[in-house]
Amino acid sequence: MAGVETLRVMETQGRAYRRIWRGSVITTFLNPVMYLAAMGVGLGVLVDDGTGAEALEGFEYLTYLAPGLLAASTMMTGAGDGAWPVMAGIKWQRHYEAILATPVNVRDLVSGHLLWVSVRLLMVSVIFGFVMILFGATGVVQAIAAVIPAMLTGMAFAGPVTAFTSWTEDHTGLTNLFRFGLVPMFLFSGTFFPITQLPGWMQPLAYLTPLWHGVEMTRSWSLGLEPTFSPVVHFGYLALLIVGGWLASQHFLGKRMIT
Amino acid sequence: MSLSESLVVARRLTKKFGDFAAVDAVDFDIRPGEAFGFLGPNGAGKTSTMKMIGAVSPITAGTLSVFGLNPEVDGPEIRSRLGVVPQQDNLDEEIPVDENLLIYGRYFGMSRAELWPRIDELLEFAELTGRRKDKVAALSGGMKRRLTIARALINEPDLLLLDEPTTGLDPQARHLLWDRLYRLKRQGVTLIITTHFMDEAEQLCDRLVVMDKGKIVAEGSPRALIEQYVTREVIEVRFPVGVQETVVDQMEGIAKRVEVLPDRVLLYSDNGESTMQEVHGRGLEPESMLDRRSTLEDVFLRLTGRTLID
Repeated sequence: MAGVETLRVMETQGRAYRRIWRGSVITTFLNPVMYLAAMGVGLGVLVDDGTGAEALEGFEYLTYLAPGLLAASTMMTGAGDGAWPVMAGIKWQRHYEAILATPVNVRDLVSGHLLWVSVRLLMVSVIFGFVMILFGATGVVQAIAAVIPAMLTGMAFAGPVTAFTSWTEDHTGLTNLFRFGLVPMFLFSGTFFPITQLPGWMQPLAYLTPLWHGVEMTRSWSLGLEPTFSPVVHFGYLALLIVGGWLASQHFLGKRMIT
Repeated sequence: MSLSESLVVARRLTKKFGDFAAVDAVDFDIRPGEAFGFLGPNGAGKTSTMKMIGAVSPITAGTLSVFGLNPEVDGPEIRSRLGVVPQQDNLDEEIPVDENLLIYGRYFGMSRAELWPRIDELLEFAELTGRRKDKVAALSGGMKRRLTIARALINEPDLLLLDEPTTGLDPQARHLLWDRLYRLKRQGVTLIITTHFMDEAEQLCDRLVVMDKGKIVAEGSPRALIEQYVTREVIEVRFPVGVQETVVDQMEGIAKRVEVLPDRVLLYSDNGESTMQEVHGRGLEPESMLDRRSTLEDVFLRLTGRTLID
């Protein structure tokens, strides 16, 4: 029974999304185009001509960068969808209150929301993969292989950020999360360069970031690289965050809405 | 009518937030087909009571049954038979009017085929047919309110909960809304309304309870409450600024009851004419005197010593 309500929440979120899908798809397409053009092609030429190739395990910079950037994109999408629409539902437009006045309960709402985010992440990963192929950064099979670890990366952020949004008072908390949490992660979790390039004391910190585990696995599955730790560790960490985020979201959203 | 036939039965119903009792051991019964009101100032416990009935807020103590079910365990089933109009509009502003109704209907598990004709009907009822493709953000306050009511009716509820339905609306929008609620009532929909407007309570409610500080202080039909607690007429006497304090003593015993408010004095009397003459007879020269019928506001003032909206 609970399953039906979860699917209804997912469906209605998708329906609301139809209003903005054009703009959203264009952004989803243009972002990787711009990043891959600027960093992969523009900067990549310098890297490849320099001492880069060695650190990049023999890959061209564009090829090395693309899966990292894919994981970082799903992180941003997952986190963004866990933040702004959730705060709108709780506080700015308050339509979560309206939803919870129907047979739908908090668990259905959280599950349906996260399921919808996973659909969005699939869209982002597929479009990104398409752009990767377009740039000649990777082949079709590699692009497809990258989809699952990339989606898991996004979900590892969507869940915890949904929980954080349910807990934090207003947009200040969210902007701080992005400013001090996600942007540094974006830059220092192996997206643009291997974390072995970081000062020694920073490397263990990078191990803690979920993005690094996502980047490791996305890169591993699409380039055939051996990941730093066993895939069980990397995927396990992401899975822990997904399940933990799902449970914590229910807890905090329930506390916020059912008073 | 026996208790089992009541739609809502509350016994010593209590809601606490920490040590603060928002609702303090109240009893009430709401019968099918009636319009039942909770009248009281802000903070009286009206919204908390509504949320418990709506099965979105767990009760702290006492018992509550809605449709004979327990909100604690049968929440989804209760909510599937309710329509809820919250105090603050919570429509999805980004999507069009008709899709707000469609999406909401889907949460109740209704199919598109049954929803579209229902949506046409409800838009007609809410006088929003011409705006059906507009985004909600573009609607006026009164239109949003009507859309919220239409949305609450999507599942053909047995019980409609309205939390301060007309707060913030201009008089014209209020009257249109009252008319729509009156029609629903005639169709047999049971209404529960909270309000701090006594005219709203008088217009819409067959029966009401007056709440103050989490407790029910009186219960009955608007007319019965007025008869029980106040006189038929009230004279409102106003003095120039600063004068009231100096003459208040001279008004003692002038009417059945004298109520001194910061800006005016209320004289409760069964015969307004003679009371007004008596004011002049005592040599008082008020700035103005108004003879009016007693309202629920006077009942509330009598019961609590405070006006409803301060």
